[in-house]
Amino acid sequence: MQPAQFNLARYNVQLASQTDFVGWRDAARRLVLNEVGPEDIAWSVAAESDQADLPSVPEGAQLVVPRDFIEHAATAFCHSDPGRFAFLYRMLWRLRSEPKLLAIATDPDTRRLEAMEKAVRRDSHKMHAFVRFRKIGEGSDERYVAWFEPDHFIVERNADFFVRRFTGMRWTILTPYASADWDGERLAIGPGAAKGDAPAEDDTEALWLTYFENIFNPARLKVKAMQKEMPKKYWRNLPEASLIPDLIAGADEAARDMIARTPTTPAPHHAKVQAKHWPKREPAEAPDDDASTISELREAAKGCRRCPLWRDATQTVFGEGPDNARVVFVGEQPGDQEDLAGKPFVGPAGKVFDAILDDAGVDRQKVYVTNAVKHFKFEPRGKRRIHSKPNAGEVQACRWWIGKELELIKPDLAVALGATAALSLLGKAIAVTKMRGQVIEREDGLRVFITIHPSFILRIHEPAEKEAERERFLQDMKQVKRLMAA
Amino acid sequence: MSAPTVREKLAVLSDAAKYDASCASSGSAKKDSLKSGGIGSTEGMGICHSYAPDGRCISLLKILLTNFCIYDCSYCINRSSSNVRRARFSIDEVVKLTMDFYRRNYIEGLFLSSGVIRSPDETMAEMVEVARRLRLEEKFSGYIHLKTIPESSAELVEQAGLYADRLSINVELPTDEGVKRLAPEKKPETIRLSMANLRRKMEEKAEPTLRTKKRERFAPGGQSTQMIVGADKTSDDGILHTSARLYGSYHLRRVYYSAFSPIPDSSSSLPLQKPPLMREHRLYQADWLMRFYGFSQPEILAGSSDGMLDLAIDPKLAWALRNRGRFPVDINRADREALLRVPGLGTKVVAKILGTRRHHRLRLEDVGRICHSIAKVRPFIIAEGWSPGGLTDKTGLRDTIVQPCEQLSLF
Repeated sequence: MQPAQFNLARYNVQLASQTDFVGWRDAARRLVLNEVGPEDIAWSVAAESDQADLPSVPEGAQLVVPRDFIEHAATAFCHSDPGRFAFLYRMLWRLRSEPKLLAIATDPDTRRLEAMEKAVRRDSHKMHAFVRFRKIGEGSDERYVAWFEPDHFIVERNADFFVRRFTGMRWTILTPYASADWDGERLAIGPGAAKGDAPAEDDTEALWLTYFENIFNPARLKVKAMQKEMPKKYWRNLPEASLIPDLIAGADEAARDMIARTPTTPAPHHAKVQAKHWPKREPAEAPDDDASTISELREAAKGCRRCPLWRDATQTVFGEGPDNARVVFVGEQPGDQEDLAGKPFVGPAGKVFDAILDDAGVDRQKVYVTNAVKHFKFEPRGKRRIHSKPNAGEVQACRWWIGKELELIKPDLAVALGATAALSLLGKAIAVTKMRGQVIEREDGLRVFITIHPSFILRIHEPAEKEAERERFLQDMKQVKRLMAA
Repeated sequence: MSAPTVREKLAVLSDAAKYDASCASSGSAKKDSLKSGGIGSTEGMGICHSYAPDGRCISLLKILLTNFCIYDCSYCINRSSSNVRRARFSIDEVVKLTMDFYRRNYIEGLFLSSGVIRSPDETMAEMVEVARRLRLEEKFSGYIHLKTIPESSAELVEQAGLYADRLSINVELPTDEGVKRLAPEKKPETIRLSMANLRRKMEEKAEPTLRTKKRERFAPGGQSTQMIVGADKTSDDGILHTSARLYGSYHLRRVYYSAFSPIPDSSSSLPLQKPPLMREHRLYQADWLMRFYGFSQPEILAGSSDGMLDLAIDPKLAWALRNRGRFPVDINRADREALLRVPGLGTKVVAKILGTRRHHRLRLEDVGRICHSIAKVRPFIIAEGWSPGGLTDKTGLRDTIVQPCEQLSLF
């Protein structure tokens, strides 16, 4: 057992104030570099601090501590625990031989440091939240004054927050141990005050209380959840807290009343509003097979429910281009960008496609582009949508639209971009890589040119291969141009 | 009848706004008033300035510009057939209230929504004007959340994004069928399109402009939405499917779930009961699993009998109990992804485990020191000197974990 100690420590360090971190840092540096162990130091705060008798830093000695320790220590230093000066010195002492100490979350000292920081941060956060200013004076005398009782020594630490936020007004925050004052240009930290030094009322509080009372939903009473975040110790300085007991007491009845009250007859103005703004309900879905132009067909496709893909997509992405185009390009399905924009071939693959068509001398304005499937099929993965291949049933359901588009446009040539398009146009699966570059004539006489989908080029990473594939696709498009002319 | 006072209007128009769950003021760009000499700041983390006895944070002045409305959505207290008292703020009144509250540090900013009067564009234009006046005339740098009216014009939405931190459009219900049934005048297609347009606008504005190479400010807090839970019959699996779709498609920052709350003068087409608060809570937990824990939506409820989240235990524990073959996980060797799937280990605890084990191996007691409930974790991990043996596959495991958890529960 240790004998009782009465100032038996070799060094008495007196800090200038509870928040004198600079003083602590200086003393700690001098002591630790002189190998003074934690047990040989007594820390205290005194108005007339004197550190003259501390040893000076030995010549050439350097203190190496992890960079983030200073930050952690500065935060924990604001804690009200009187043992914090000695504790932080002990951390510093240990860090010399255990430089990784702060990373070891299971160490009791690391946990204590973390707990202290957490308490300070929470108290700071509550100060940002629960300071309530009251206005005094008018015009050029207008000032805002608040009384707040923090658990820790956090006024200095938080004053800048209030400066950044309330730059354009003059304010003072009073607390028992210190005050902060902003005159619009300069921040001054002053001595503590008493609650009576702050104004006792403010007219706007009545409005604030009205708001508090009415934003509360009595059907959702959760008193513990409220108290966890707004503990009772803060209530005495929150004007709205005076309402809480009555709101809680009346909640059950108010909620039961809301449920019990039977629906009344519609308000008198309701019929007028309905007549004026909603004269008729949407007409029953227009039958989609009597469209006689592409734009009518596009309209009809907006509400397509022929397969379930509409549920997750934003909109139907219909074909685009002149309705007398000589060639129709058919892709697989819209992608992420097409789904948002409502236009085909506007995403990354569309850009590649456009550039190559341009190189081949095909005017995109003169061709019709569309997709085998008109809704985007995908799987959400966080903030991305991963493209999924449409299945045979979905392709089959959407062939109805392709059929109508071809019927109305009557092109000389259709270009199947990839296997899904080929399946849609030919009604059967074919091996695109084998059939690439060939023209297949359908029973109805339409010639179908087979090639890959331009997104295939995008998926190749090796630059030389990518370039080669682009070149092959360019040759395909040049052939399409020749076929168009023929 | 004399004109209502601001206080009377505030009572009506905050009561009318309280069914919107969103109150976040976080995630926007940092800004303060040092340069402008004005009022207001946003510094990343939002601040809850008060809490109502419903446990909800009060961060923003959440009000409607007016609760007159031409829509007749049966779940809404402000629907045109409701006999609720009506009121309408002037633009001046909203601006003054916001500034008066903000200067006294009651709020982080304004969350302004509105019933639709006359036309969507007229209503939206007034809301944009409130935001414009706050920013330009009052030099206000606090948080502004505007509810966007789906049918309003692209120009108005663009202006809204210029002044607001966050824009939101409520999908209201998890399925289009639900919207059509309960909100007959609303068009789910238009709501989707509005969200798609907002995402495109945000992406466009995120690119530096050609001339100044600067990025234009446009709703730096992103977009969010709200779904009402329990007003229709959609299962939790269906609700989460819709959320996953919304996050993926429109890059929403948040999907809010709002347990359907009985409203005064309710429509007869709705369930009149206490709001399913625990269900709402479990949905938020499941939402977190998708956003921060690497779970894909389908796996959260895969293997469950009814597509509903277990109300007695959290969704990760429920998932682990259904997928015991993936456990135990070795706390000293498993990668981050595997650790995140252990019940009772949150993202922060996992970070601590990864940091600490680089220096020494962790024992069960070590894990106990840094996590909240070792009872929940123990059956699913291997640690130095600890192996759960048959515990992981024990038949009654669920019950042995549920009881201590129930006592801890807040509800």
